Amino acid sequence: MTLEPGDIVERAVGPAVGRTLVTGVIGADTHIVGNRILSLALEKAGFKVISLGALTPAEDFIKAAVETAADAILVSSLYGQGELDCRGFRDICVEAGLEGILLYVGGNLVVGKRSWEETERAYFVMGFDRAFPPGIRTPEVIRLLNKDFARRAIAGHRPGAVE
Amino acid sequence: MTAALLIDFGSTYTKLRAVDLDRPALLAAGQGPSTVTTDVTIGMKAALADLEHKLGKLPVFKYRLASSSAAGGLKMVTIGLVRELTAEAARQAALGAGAKLVGAFAYRLTPADEKHVVSLAPDIILLAGGTDGGNVDVIRHNAQRLAGLGLDCPVVLAGNRDVGEEIAGLLGARGKIVHLAENVMPNFGELNIDPARAAIRRVFIDRIVHAKGIDRAASSFDAVLMPTPAAVMEGARLLADGIGNRKGLGDLLVVDIGGATTDVHSVAHGNPVREGVIQHGLPEPRVKRTVEGDLGMRHNAATIVAAIGHTRIAQRSGVSDATIERILAAFTADVERLPESPEEIAFDEALAWAAVRIAVERHSGTAKTVQTAQGPVVVQIGKDLTALGTVIGTGGPLAHGATPATVLEAARADPAQPLSLRPAAPRLLVDGDYMLYAAGLLAAVEPDAALALALGSLRPVGTKRSHEQTYQAS
Repeated sequence: MTLEPGDIVERAVGPAVGRTLVTGVIGADTHIVGNRILSLALEKAGFKVISLGALTPAEDFIKAAVETAADAILVSSLYGQGELDCRGFRDICVEAGLEGILLYVGGNLVVGKRSWEETERAYFVMGFDRAFPPGIRTPEVIRLLNKDFARRAIAGHRPGAVE
Repeated sequence: MTAALLIDFGSTYTKLRAVDLDRPALLAAGQGPSTVTTDVTIGMKAALADLEHKLGKLPVFKYRLASSSAAGGLKMVTIGLVRELTAEAARQAALGAGAKLVGAFAYRLTPADEKHVVSLAPDIILLAGGTDGGNVDVIRHNAQRLAGLGLDCPVVLAGNRDVGEEIAGLLGARGKIVHLAENVMPNFGELNIDPARAAIRRVFIDRIVHAKGIDRAASSFDAVLMPTPAAVMEGARLLADGIGNRKGLGDLLVVDIGGATTDVHSVAHGNPVREGVIQHGLPEPRVKRTVEGDLGMRHNAATIVAAIGHTRIAQRSGVSDATIERILAAFTADVERLPESPEEIAFDEALAWAAVRIAVERHSGTAKTVQTAQGPVVVQIGKDLTALGTVIGTGGPLAHGATPATVLEAARADPAQPLSLRPAAPRLLVDGDYMLYAAGLLAAVEPDAALALALGSLRPVGTKRSHEQTYQAS
């Protein structure tokens, strides 16, 4: 690939290179396209992606993360039920020994007249490290993964371990 | 004439099939008791005498190949990480190797699990856990625990390759015999059970045959190649796939009804048939075996009656409740008892019908409709066998009086259970000469003859035993 001036290229860098990420669409949600694009972009960027696809129950994300010693779980929800489906997500991770795993959520998370800030806060309360508003581009996700993995490397985090 | 002898050291009988490889055809069948627990040669001699009596004179055999399910079968314990992932893949590998699975463990072994493993006294332990590059902590923990146990059985190691050598070394240092195989799940959701299966078979040939005392009869056979269920599975695979230019029967299901278990083998991908169906769960092995340890015609007759319902057994057999109780007691007291009275035969037939129905239902996948915001979506778990062409029945009850048509009909889909993906309209065949195991053994050396013999043994149900009516592949 030749780089032209002005190209935005986001790749996994530093501690983020080769990290294992679990992706999928949670709940009774069949919208797979956005999630597939994200998964392909992440793979191309140098991550190892475990793509679970559509209609994935919360438990399946966690089971996949345990077996593959994943470093992060990226949950997509597009049909307006994300808050219900993601309830207790961090708790299930803790239960399965994945205390420190990085949790992202994105898609169509805003429901009704609620502001993005309120919505984001609701997901933080559920234990997600980052929540993304609609229309987010993949380079932004990759940039934040790089940032979070770098910060965790400094802090000496050991994600994915089953204690 | 070139002859071959195929031996099955079973748990109740020592069974022989003498075949002519040139025609190819079954020459005669012989049978003796199973004497593995005392001296295997006694049963073998009796079976050979029976065969000689039928043939007049025993031919010179070019091959003498054996399978064994005697002395408790190949008892295995499997250990993996997540129950539905590597632990399930390990289970599939053991079942596919023809093992009798006595314990399946997941996650970290606890002290109670360790005691349990020791009490199960397995012949082989299959240790898996973690995808390649995935979790290493749990398999390492479990290996350390196994290393400290007073078990001298070999360990087949088929987990995360990152720690393969390390764990093999760890177990080896404590005197364990370790066979390293490829990971049963190298990538998430990818089933890779053939290397582990091959390793199990090697251990079986190299060690277990001796450990069970079967090699005492070594002068009367060339090799014990595999556990009998694996031989039946090889026979099923050969029948489905054919060999060279000779076409097989295509996708098929084999139901093996036994005294202690009912086994189901399918040779079919089982991918969704209908469009838009989403498949969940692990990919299914194309050649898959399930074992129903609670559906043995003698050891669990009462369980089968309870599972299908007393009333249904009474309806199907036309036998009164009191009589059912009496027959059940008789069967439980003597697990080798063959049905004698018309009532016993009717009851046995209803029992076999129920065992087939439940075993095939458990083997087949399910389709359930999930309501989503975008409308209903069908999610499939397991194999879709609705379009499967052939169901083959084998085993004792079909040979001993039960009407195969009545029994095997239970494998078919039931409109009352629309979620079960059982075969909708398969042709029903019976392995009339009990040749599947023999064909499976012979497949390794004479596959063409093996296929011809297996096909020659198949009869459409509802017909009499007649070689004019044998089933031929189209």
